[in-house]
Amino acid sequence: MATPLLQVEHLEKSYGDVHILHDIDLTIDTGSVTVLLGPSGSGKSTLIRCLNGLEDFQSGQLVFSGQPVVPSPKVWQQLRQKIGMVFQSYDLFPNLTVLDNILLGPLKVQHRAKAEATAQAIKLLKEVGLAEYQDAYPRQLSGGQKQRIAIVRALALNPEFMLFDEVTASLDPEMVRGVLEVLRNLAQQKMTMLVVTHEMNFAREIADQVVFLENGRILEQTPGQQFFTNPQTERAQIFLNSMDF
Amino acid sequence: MSWTVIQQIIPVFVQAFWLTLKLSFYGIIGAIIVGMIASFLRYFKVPVLRQISAVYTEVSRNTPLLIQLFFIYYAFPEIGIKISASAAGISGLIFLGGSYMAEAIYGGLNGVAKIQVESGLAIGLSRGQLARYVVFPQGLTLSIPAIAANVIFLIKETSIFTVIAIPELTNTALDQIGLYYHTDESLFVLVIAYAIILIPLSIVLTWLERRTRRGAFGN
Ligand SMILES: Nc1ncnc2c1ncn2[C@@H]1O[C@H](COP(=O)(O)OP(=O)(O)O)[C@@H](O)[C@H]1O
Ligand SMILES: [Mg+2]
Repeated sequence: MATPLLQVEHLEKSYGDVHILHDIDLTIDTGSVTVLLGPSGSGKSTLIRCLNGLEDFQSGQLVFSGQPVVPSPKVWQQLRQKIGMVFQSYDLFPNLTVLDNILLGPLKVQHRAKAEATAQAIKLLKEVGLAEYQDAYPRQLSGGQKQRIAIVRALALNPEFMLFDEVTASLDPEMVRGVLEVLRNLAQQKMTMLVVTHEMNFAREIADQVVFLENGRILEQTPGQQFFTNPQTERAQIFLNSMDF
Repeated sequence: MSWTVIQQIIPVFVQAFWLTLKLSFYGIIGAIIVGMIASFLRYFKVPVLRQISAVYTEVSRNTPLLIQLFFIYYAFPEIGIKISASAAGISGLIFLGGSYMAEAIYGGLNGVAKIQVESGLAIGLSRGQLARYVVFPQGLTLSIPAIAANVIFLIKETSIFTVIAIPELTNTALDQIGLYYHTDESLFVLVIAYAIILIPLSIVLTWLERRTRRGAFGN
């Protein structure tokens, strides 16, 4: 039996007078991978940012783990420990070493013991193949390495839900695979994830559910591979045709 | 120009040299503290205090130090605030420099990339933690070149202290010229004295800029 981890109900979002997201209704089940697809400018980033409080929204409601989210800085600060996010740009803190980047959240936000948090950080670094870089500074790393560490930094808080916004979009092609591998492993470990990506083969491979967004509206929300083989709308068909894979 | 005269006037200039350094030092430290406070009020959009600090910044930047000093030294005693010439000089330097430092520091804080702030929020940092671990280390580093330029500027501004008769370098030179006609010698020693302060200082500041930039951003 699937239990919903996040429910988005009738979410409406505008920037000033410009209405960006229309009546977004979406359920994400615990342990599932949702892939969010849509043309550039359709509102994918805006939606994902609404889900961890980086953007506010005008109406609608989020329900996380059965609890309605009452938006406030305090509530979001708490929730962000459970909802990790990784952005397109590799955004490590340049003034901190790799290990300090990863430990900032566990030590300062969660007040965990240093030894325990460090052990976990090193374990996670090993899993992404970067254990030997713990004392390096971000400037010494490639884009792909930085992005894997940004993922580790988010995972170090033991989140229940991970948001990935085009995390491979600004990487050199040879770096993409390593980052996708990390996401694939997370999916296998049953991490609940919402993934925005243009890597269509990867999307098809990991999606338990596909959400297709256009002009700020959800046009399709389909389980599994169905979206790729049998899209319901013409817009989705056009979108799929435009992506060569 | 007479070498004997130079030897003769050097001791007073040495005194003036240390006084200039001392007043500059206190003035600059004070200006940086005021600048930090004013820039933080603006960066964190603290209500009311932020407007007060904006008014201060406007007044400070749009009036000459000369007038500020006259106010502090001659007008304040009228309302019962009496301070020594040195204290007036330091206060004037802080009043003037505070707004310049505020602009420099605010520019740095504001220059921290938005994505850095969002990444900090995304790992659950509070506003205060974000400031402490992300915005300040990066922003203050970005503001160091502007702070350094202000340091040099403020040291040069101490020459205006002469109008309230503080025996700093410029005042000493003018004295030597007015009283003893040691014009060439005094101007020569004066230039050397400022050079001794400013040239090594700007070398050190440039080095510091590079070092901190490297530390914070790796380039
Ligand atoms: N801060 C903003 N202010 C105003 N409009 C914005 C802002 N951010 C995004 N938009 C607009 O919202 C729409 C959706 O953008 P975005 O969510 O980034 O799309 P996507 O991630 O799907 O490419 C676009 O039309 C974009 O121009
Ligand atoms: Mg986007």
